[in-house]
Amino acid sequence: MRTTLANDARARNHPAYWAFLVHRISGIALTLFLPLHFWALAQALQGEAHMDGFLRWTEQPLVKLGETLLVLALAAHLTGGLRLLALEFLAWRNWQKNLLAGAAGATVLAGLAFLLNVL
Amino acid sequence: MNHPAERAAAPHASPLTPHAPALRVRIWRGGADGAYQTFEVPRLESQTVLDVVTYVQRMLDPTLAYRFACRVGMCGSCAMTVNGRAMWTCRTHVAKVAADGELEIGPLNNLPVVRDLVTDMAPFFDKWARAQGQFKGDTTRKDDFARVEPSTPERQRVDAGIECIGCGVCYASCDVVTWNPDYLGPAALNRAWTLVNDVRDRAQSARLAAVAGDAGCHACHTHMTCSERCPKGIEPTAGIAGLKRRVLGAALKGEL
Amino acid sequence: MKARMQVLLWAAQRASAVVLAALVFVHLAVIIYAVRNGLTAGEILGRTRGSVAWAMFYGLFVTAVAIHAPIGLRAVLAEWADWRTPGRDRALVLFGLLLFARGLRAVWAVTYA
Repeated sequence: MRTTLANDARARNHPAYWAFLVHRISGIALTLFLPLHFWALAQALQGEAHMDGFLRWTEQPLVKLGETLLVLALAAHLTGGLRLLALEFLAWRNWQKNLLAGAAGATVLAGLAFLLNVL
Repeated sequence: MNHPAERAAAPHASPLTPHAPALRVRIWRGGADGAYQTFEVPRLESQTVLDVVTYVQRMLDPTLAYRFACRVGMCGSCAMTVNGRAMWTCRTHVAKVAADGELEIGPLNNLPVVRDLVTDMAPFFDKWARAQGQFKGDTTRKDDFARVEPSTPERQRVDAGIECIGCGVCYASCDVVTWNPDYLGPAALNRAWTLVNDVRDRAQSARLAAVAGDAGCHACHTHMTCSERCPKGIEPTAGIAGLKRRVLGAALKGEL
Repeated sequence: MKARMQVLLWAAQRASAVVLAALVFVHLAVIIYAVRNGLTAGEILGRTRGSVAWAMFYGLFVTAVAIHAPIGLRAVLAEWADWRTPGRDRALVLFGLLLFARGLRAVWAVTYA
């Protein structure tokens, strides 16, 4: 039987919490993707032609969208992770975390723009 | 003299601010399985949320249970959840949180609800004790005073966290406390950090062991809601990060 | 699980994070470069086939990920799925071993297979 009340979105609506959510959700997504990624690369065991066939399948727009989201997730998890390492090991303070949040956002945008350019 | 029920039934006028519409205030009633009850409260200039709660209890419903003491931002007793965020109600102007004339007031989250706006603070202080949040020295009254220079790094780290008055706002704001019932929480860990940096203390090994692991500092995911909400401007996140570094050092040296 | 072990898990996750930070940066750069003008098996394998450097790079990558991901999942499972038993930790060890094995197989597939 519940004896306590819990926070809702109003309490969570601040930058450090968004950073946590992005980091956790991107981490989960990447972890779920990894076995698929290893399976896809292992297609090379059946020869170059077989792997090419698989890569052609990935040319579909939906797959390209998924790949873009994964690249975003990877970039976000990387930059968010660097921010966490700084917070935990370099004794960063509040204003510095906001700086890196901004830098992280810019990095993700740059990566996305580049990727979209080449698709 | 107006009967309180009549005053409540005439919502859009108040002798002091005849042109300001009344506040619509939803207040939590009952235990954790309770619900919000709506009241109409006259709007006053420089009114605080504590003023609103006090008005309801004195004028509209004497059965409303709530805590306060100093009402000037020193004791922390009046901490409640206002429009979803934990804060001291005595230091919160209605104008700042109820721009649209609506207020939602509930008890602090993460603590057992006794009744209405009152929570049981025992788990909060039990965890404070479990984190070894007490000073343990080895001198007596016969020894000279300890000399701790205020400019030393350790003393400055202590100063950054020593003003905690145990109001529970950080603990109520922390989602890890919600998700991990054993988690000691930001206040207990902040206090442990001030003691870890107290050069007079002699219980450091036990304290580091107490704050390490799944229920201790390593469960902090730097949401930083504690640091956002602390009415004293303390940043428990920073102290908890410090504990992580200190515990790692002890573990690597085989002292944990 | 004793507190000391939990501390070492936390440390292993942060250490693997530092390694991954460098490797992921390179990996992202390679991805963005490689997808220009479409991706072919020939292009990928032309780069990685017979390369000791890429074998070591991705071998290290797989090892670091096999440590990093399960420890990260551990907190998620405890906090969001309310799963805190020793069974959870056993499942995570298995998952880590699976990632390691499948990952090394993938590295082998593109380098020396």
